[in-house]
Parts: sequence; C-alpha cells; structure tokens
Amino acid sequence: MKKLINDPRAVVDESVEGFGLAHADLVTVFADPKYIVRRDAPVAGKVGLVSGGGSGHEPLHGGYVGKGMLDAAVPGAVFTSPTPDQILPATLAVNSGAGVVHIVKNYTGDVLNFETAAELAQAEGVEMRSVLVNDDVAVQDSLYTAGRRGVGGTVLVEKIAGAAAERGDSLDAVAAIGDRVNQSVRSMGVALTACTVPHAGAPSFVLEENEIEIGIGIHGEPGRHRIPMENADGITDRLLEPVVSDLGLAAGDNVLLFVNGMGGTPQSELYIIYRRAAQQLAERGVTVARSLVGNYITSLEMQGCSITVLRLDDEMTALWDAPVHTPALRWGA
Amino acid sequence: MGLDLNWALQWLALSARAMADHREELIELDRPIGDSDHGENMDRGFKAVTAKLAETPPETPGAALKLTAMTLRSKVGGAAGPLYGTAFLRAATALGDHAEIDAATLVAALQAARDGIVARGKAGPGDKTMVDAWTPAVDAATAAAAASDGDVRKVLDAAAEAAEAGAVSTDPMEARKGRASYLGERSIGHRDPGAVSTALILRAAVGAAA
Repeated sequence: MKKLINDPRAVVDESVEGFGLAHADLVTVFADPKYIVRRDAPVAGKVGLVSGGGSGHEPLHGGYVGKGMLDAAVPGAVFTSPTPDQILPATLAVNSGAGVVHIVKNYTGDVLNFETAAELAQAEGVEMRSVLVNDDVAVQDSLYTAGRRGVGGTVLVEKIAGAAAERGDSLDAVAAIGDRVNQSVRSMGVALTACTVPHAGAPSFVLEENEIEIGIGIHGEPGRHRIPMENADGITDRLLEPVVSDLGLAAGDNVLLFVNGMGGTPQSELYIIYRRAAQQLAERGVTVARSLVGNYITSLEMQGCSITVLRLDDEMTALWDAPVHTPALRWGA
Repeated sequence: MGLDLNWALQWLALSARAMADHREELIELDRPIGDSDHGENMDRGFKAVTAKLAETPPETPGAALKLTAMTLRSKVGGAAGPLYGTAFLRAATALGDHAEIDAATLVAALQAARDGIVARGKAGPGDKTMVDAWTPAVDAATAAAAASDGDVRKVLDAAAEAAEAGAVSTDPMEARKGRASYLGERSIGHRDPGAVSTALILRAAVGAAA
C-alpha cells in the first residue's frame, strides 16, 4: 500500500483538520466528536441541513458545507457511518429553531445511526425530517436486499435541497424537494480498479488487467457482475441504459447529466464518457439542460466513474442554478 | 452459583482481547462481501469499552453492559455500532440491578439482545447476518437452561457453541440484509463477519465464567 498518509488510523483526523485549515473562511471543524459546520451556523430562520457518512468519498460531504448547500457534515471513519454522538451535536449546532433535515444515503449503518441521532435531537426539542437517498439502479430494490444505495444522486439532493433551505423554504418543503430529487434521479457506476482502505492495507477486491466491475457502489465493495474491459463508449452505454430505462426517460424530458469520477480517473476520461452519454440522450430526444463533470462523490483512489441522470423540472433547475459557496462547489456567490 | 460483576467485567475484557486478536480476520471476512471495516470498528469499539469501564467502574453486571452499550453506540459506527449497542442495552435492561445472574435471567438477557438486533436491523434467520449466530445461541441457551439444573456455565457454553455453528452456517447463504446483500448470489461462499464477531463475544462469556 502506497498512500500519502502518516498513520492509517489518523487518516480521517488529519485530513479533516487540514480541510478545516484550508477552508476556515467557510467552515468550522470540531475535532471530538468530529463534525463540520458552516461558519455562520445557525443561520437565523433557516432550516438546517445535515448530512454525513463514512469518509473516503471526498469532497462529499464536508466539501458541500456552506452557503446554499449543507449546514453541517459528519464524517465517520473510512467507509463507516458516523455515530449518533457526532450527528447529534452537529444537528443541534445548525438548528435555528426552524428544524433540521438529515440527508441520509441508504446504507444500513447510516440509516441506523442517523435514526438514533434524530430521535435524540427530537427529544431535545428539534423538529426533524429526513431524506433518504437511494438512486443506485445496480441494486434491485426488493425485500431481499438492504435496498438501493445512495450514490451520485446525493450530491444533487444536497445542492437542490440546500438551495431550497437557503431561499427560506419551510422544513416540510425542504424535505419534500429533497424527496422529489431522489425520486427523479438514478445512477450506475463502474470500477476499473479497486480501492484500498487505509486501515485494511490491501485492495477491497482484485480485478485482472482486462476486467471491469459493473454496478459498483462507493465503498470499495464489488458490484453486480464482472465483464471484460470495453472501450469508453461501450461502458457508457452499459451504465446509461439501466439509468434511462429505470427513470422512464422520454423524448422531450429535460435532464441534468452528471458524470462522476471515483477518485482515480482523469477528468479527460470523464469527458469522453460525458460525450457519449450526451450523444445517446440527444438521440432519444432528451435535452441535457444542465451538466456536472468531475470527482464529486468518490471511493478513495478507485478508477472508474458513475453516470447520474436527474429529470429536471423548472423549480429544480432554478434551485440548481441558485448561488452556492462551499469548498467543493461554487457558483453565483 | 450465578454470574456476578466480576464475570461481566472479565467477559468484556476477554471480548476486547478477542476483537484485537481477530481484528485482521474480521477485516478479511468483510473484504469480499462488505467494506473491510468490521474488525477495525469492533477493535476500536471494545478498546473504548475497556477504557470506559476503567474510568467509571460499574457496580452491577447490568450497569457494566449498559456502559458497554453506550460506548459501542458512540464509538463503533457502521451497522455494528447500533446493533451491538442495542443488544447490550437490551441485555442490560433484562439484567436489571441484580448482583447475581441465574440461568433464567441469563437466557432472558440473551433473548432480549437478539430481539433488539432483529428490531433494529430488521433481519431474520437466513439473511446471512449476525442474527444467524444469535438465534441458534438463544435457542441452545434456552434448551440448556431447561435441561441442566440451572448451571449458568452450561447455558453459556451451549450459546457459544451454537453461535459458532451459526456463523459457519452463513457460508452457503445468499445475503438479504446489510451491505453484502448488494452482491446477491455472489455473497454465497463467504462467512458473515457479524456472525463471527457474535460467536467470539459469546465464547468470551464462557471464558469469563471458567
């Protein structure tokens, strides 16, 4: 294992400390228990937005703390959900009295820990709502799985719900638009290589030189199936097709197309994927009205990408365009 | 003779040692079907339990388990933190403030722990989770308590043995809950790490009563 680290057990501590130093103008970092809050939190009269999850997906979630997006982020150990004793103080810190929404990716651990924290916050008098993100079409949503995972769609939920909270929407309205984004977004990912969790010291799975893994999540877990390597256009079609059919996209739809890097894939390759996906959507008469291309929800140094498509309506588009000023996403502000 | 505070403290100390000794093994089990964090999280959690017990010594077995529950919940994260946290909390409630635990109370505590895990995790038998170690352990403990003359050691031993067999029984199962469920049939042939850590913890309970 070759990594730019000092001690495998200090990876999250030291990284979050550095993040706080780098972005002291935007965020305040608390070390024990560990959480990150918007510097001017709580914002008077505004609904608070808190998300979190295992570390290793940077810039998610800490990178999205700031004006127009999250009020707090709670980082767990690498690929391990945070604990209620972190989530609770983060929740209390951003409650202005207008209530707090938890944005939770659908993984057993995240759901259990955020549920517990929400109960505790409620007991302290905070009005709570939660938005569960489960956009991964690689997982069959059935009684026989833990349900679809939250992946790329999480970034879009955080941005759009964040903009709704920033413009002064009520607690129920912010949660409702978050749910609406989740219902309108689907994702699918591919890995060319596995990633290595620092404290595990070895890759999570092994792919031969000519193999790729289709339907991966963001925790270094293997995907649904393994196939021989293909070219970028072929892989794009494999990822896009289930997303489009699951969303039931039709000619005339407006979408946001988000090509996300898993951490180890160059931006140039992401644009090759984007090119094909945009062409394919255009051929179906779907208008790509907004785009996002880059490493926004990663899996450490994994090579690969995911394709996320969000069916837009006018309100979502306006909220996407609204000003945002965070360490990892900034426009109009 | 029942089980007392010394047994509880010894159990938790041996559990901590087992998590440290088996850290790598649990990480390796979690690697192919999970996210390689179970051994690390359990080791970190039980090290915190050891520190907490030294810092604020409990006065009853129930209090020791309650402190364990609170510490695991705040230190472990993932799914294992809330699940083991709930298990120890429910067991602590079942023990109440008794200074000595007899066989019937022990069985009630094991059952409460298992029921708590099922309620929180919503997994049932055959889903390839820690429930597949807990449920046979509870059944075996119940049978042993009825068959023996209330010998708590026999109850503990039966529970540990059944949990170990239960962990092995997860090998051919297809995961239907937790992160391994994303793999579908590719989860077959791997042992569930949570079932293995359950067996280790119940085996430590036997060692503590020796």
